[in-house]
Amino acid sequence: MIGTKKLIFLAAALFALGFSSLAQAAGLVASTEFGAENEIIVSFSHGVDLGEAADPDRYTVFEEADPDIRLAITNIDVSSDGKQAVITFADPLNTTQTHIVNTSGIGGVAKASFSVSKSYIGYLFSILISALLINNFVFTKYLGLCVFFGTAKRKETAKGMGVVFTVVIVVACSMSWVLYNYVMKPFDLNYLQIVIFIGLTSLTVQAVDTVLRKVNPVLFKSFGVYLVLVIANCIIIAVPLLMASNEYNYFETFMLSLGAGGGFLLALYLMSSVSERLELAKIPPSFKGLPIAFIVAGQFAMAFLGFSGLQLF
Amino acid sequence: MANENSSFQLLANGILKENPIFKLALSMCPAVGISTTVINGLLLGTAVLFVQVFSSVTISALKNYIHPRIRIPTYTLTIATWVTVIDLSLAAFFPLAYAKMGIFVKIIVAFAIITMRLEMFACKEPISDSFWDGLGMGLGFLVGMVVIGFVRELLGSGAILGYDVLGFKPLLFFILPSAGFFVVGLMMAFFNWIEVAYAQRKKG
Repeated sequence: MIGTKKLIFLAAALFALGFSSLAQAAGLVASTEFGAENEIIVSFSHGVDLGEAADPDRYTVFEEADPDIRLAITNIDVSSDGKQAVITFADPLNTTQTHIVNTSGIGGVAKASFSVSKSYIGYLFSILISALLINNFVFTKYLGLCVFFGTAKRKETAKGMGVVFTVVIVVACSMSWVLYNYVMKPFDLNYLQIVIFIGLTSLTVQAVDTVLRKVNPVLFKSFGVYLVLVIANCIIIAVPLLMASNEYNYFETFMLSLGAGGGFLLALYLMSSVSERLELAKIPPSFKGLPIAFIVAGQFAMAFLGFSGLQLF
Repeated sequence: MANENSSFQLLANGILKENPIFKLALSMCPAVGISTTVINGLLLGTAVLFVQVFSSVTISALKNYIHPRIRIPTYTLTIATWVTVIDLSLAAFFPLAYAKMGIFVKIIVAFAIITMRLEMFACKEPISDSFWDGLGMGLGFLVGMVVIGFVRELLGSGAILGYDVLGFKPLLFFILPSAGFFVVGLMMAFFNWIEVAYAQRKKG
């Protein structure tokens, strides 16, 4: 199990390296990257004429998805050897999008076009962080609450449930991805999405149950009870549906499901820590039990709003 | 296996005594997530009502042909089929409201309340009783969603069903997404308080 995961990571890393080096236009431009929030840094392969390179009229920049919306350039700084130009924009850039830069008449090349994007690994991690914190499925998407409130009473239970859920969701999403891309899309079976995804999930739960019972009875004793609850968790069906509507590739799907599972584990652990303290607190009788749990969850939800706009890569 | 409860009792049981949202605290996701207006609650409640009634009747009709060991997967697939039906119908006939509810219609398939009713009631009882039980549970969910939506819409935006009734916005906070937790928690506490007060008055 761990061996396969490492292999997948390795494959992702190699893929990313190949991807980023292919993306550059041959010749004029050596490398491009995003600088501060409204900057693009372009490195030229040889020194270019300073006057030409500093002329904003010679550049057109737009997001790959919206070629009609030209981004307004306020300033261009060219280093004294003419090898690097920093393009500053009027507004902060959306660095999750690939940007296209067209140049005309710079460095003796009539027209050149190149793309600026974050490295693929960074993009994958941004999906993971997004599912884990920014769009946490429990606190900002309000999914999986039945199981969440049911199992967030003891830290031990929270850990068990979270780990089992993460394993099941990663396996189930991987299978869903294969089925979605190689069976449902070619045969136009998209209307069967719900039936197939929930069926696959029950199948995964049943398979994990059977395998774990034989392979590791000790682990099964401590984690077996949570397996039944996994199927009653809305997140398990929400993630494959998101994967299908966003047309994710395998690595993106893997990161999304890992983030969803990890986010659920994080939410459960935070909530159970508070619940253990709540038992010692003096709570008005009508608030005991679920009402106070809801109010604590509401406070967590407000705290998680603070993660919106977070960008690590 | 005749049930001694009348159909009316079965219906009332789901709405009051075992209300899925306030009493059983099952299927809370939409109650928190999209209960910002009455109309949202009404639409999603109707969808759940539909799925619950039809799944209960289907399982009750087929109960003699389902092997006990594969009963849970059978329930899941039955529910998934009816959810697909309501999902495609809503997308076709109410595209605007459907877009607002987003993923929550599809999520009905994982609602614990529907599976629980199938497991506890429909797989043992005759078709007519299952129908009334499903109708009661579905209505209970619908009522819960509408009540939460009513409170949030009235206090949050001073309106009911989109019509401005108060003329001002008493608690704008209630319309924010994360306030769903607070509203549901406070309402549960309120119902608990009424129950305790009622029990004490009966005693004293």
